[in-house]
Amino acid sequence: MNNSDLYEYTLRLGDTALILGQRLSEWCGHGPVLEQDIALTNIALDQIGQARQFLQYAAELKGGDTTEDSLAYHRDAHQFRNLLLVEQDNGHWGDTLARQFFFDTYNYFLFERLMKSSDERISSIAQKAMKEITYHAQWSAEWIIRLGDGTEESHDKIQKSINDIWMWTGEMLEADELDLRMHEAGIGVDLTEVTALWNDKVDEILKLATLEKPESAQHQRGGKRGVHSEKLGYVLAEMQHIPKSYPNSKW
Amino acid sequence: MFSEEEIRGFLQDVTDPEIPVLTILDMGVVRRIHWEGEALHIDITPTYTGCPAMDVIANDIVKRLKAEGVDEVFVKEVLSPAWTTDWLSEDGRRKLEEYGIAPPVDESADKRALFGAQPTVRCPQCKSENTSRISQFGSTACKALYQCNDCKEPFDYFKCL
Repeated sequence: MNNSDLYEYTLRLGDTALILGQRLSEWCGHGPVLEQDIALTNIALDQIGQARQFLQYAAELKGGDTTEDSLAYHRDAHQFRNLLLVEQDNGHWGDTLARQFFFDTYNYFLFERLMKSSDERISSIAQKAMKEITYHAQWSAEWIIRLGDGTEESHDKIQKSINDIWMWTGEMLEADELDLRMHEAGIGVDLTEVTALWNDKVDEILKLATLEKPESAQHQRGGKRGVHSEKLGYVLAEMQHIPKSYPNSKW
Repeated sequence: MFSEEEIRGFLQDVTDPEIPVLTILDMGVVRRIHWEGEALHIDITPTYTGCPAMDVIANDIVKRLKAEGVDEVFVKEVLSPAWTTDWLSEDGRRKLEEYGIAPPVDESADKRALFGAQPTVRCPQCKSENTSRISQFGSTACKALYQCNDCKEPFDYFKCL
């Protein structure tokens, strides 16, 4: 396995966790009720914790002056390798939950496999994170059922959220060349396996929620290789503005 | 040079910044203590990946040991094997309940996957087992929010990992 492949792969895992954590942090103080505001910020914190572990590893692989902070704060959008799904707008509560449900379910099956990665560092991060991810996946699935099987209004709104976010879900389930090489090396996972499990779980939950799974549509892709939607620039502008305004400042 | 037992004795004074009744030894976050020449190395492990208390704990360890004249202390964070609530000491569980936080009830990591029965959590105030979960997520990453249906008090539950 060459080092630059491993670096790219670690960046994907770290950037996806970081951007979702940043997006969810935007909800802080804006949740519909206190308990759910706290739930989202808890999940955001877990995502940022996981991002730190992966970005620390990526920084070590890169070597030189690279640190987790320089990776997070001093790269531009085209250098980020996160999935397009996680950079999409929070929208309303249902939009955030639809994004979260599709992501958490994927993340659950992904990390279950990464726990067995032949790369010791990735496997130990996954073992640690798996426990947290289990709670996230439970929580977002419960919300999909509550909203879908709730009132007529909540049903219609969450169905629309699911339809709207659908085009961003294909990328995470589709293996590109790097994914295939990493799987072959025993470091990454078999995404066809993850896709099958993801589909089963999504079908099960949507059925309980009396919701329809969208017909397959054209899916957007590009995030894994740095081609992003315009949303990411706004996320980065907010996330990076302090370290860019005051370079080298410390707490 | 202090023995490992003596070092552990000093670390009894270092408490979790978010749950000050628990020492870091009660929590089970101290993984390994060893000397390399004059340098003391201590491995600690986070309860949650993003636990913001880890930096504070590392600083507190260094400060406590400097007070004993140990100048070279290196605290390292290790992830594997992952921390589990099983590592909370018996003493720690008792102290948690006295403090008003229900200790984790499952024996080991929560393997209920995406769905499953909720554990029976005892109210730390009136000891009733007639309680219900308000939220899976509480005031810190490691806690969930419960309410007692008998005495009506809300309380934190240290959830299983």
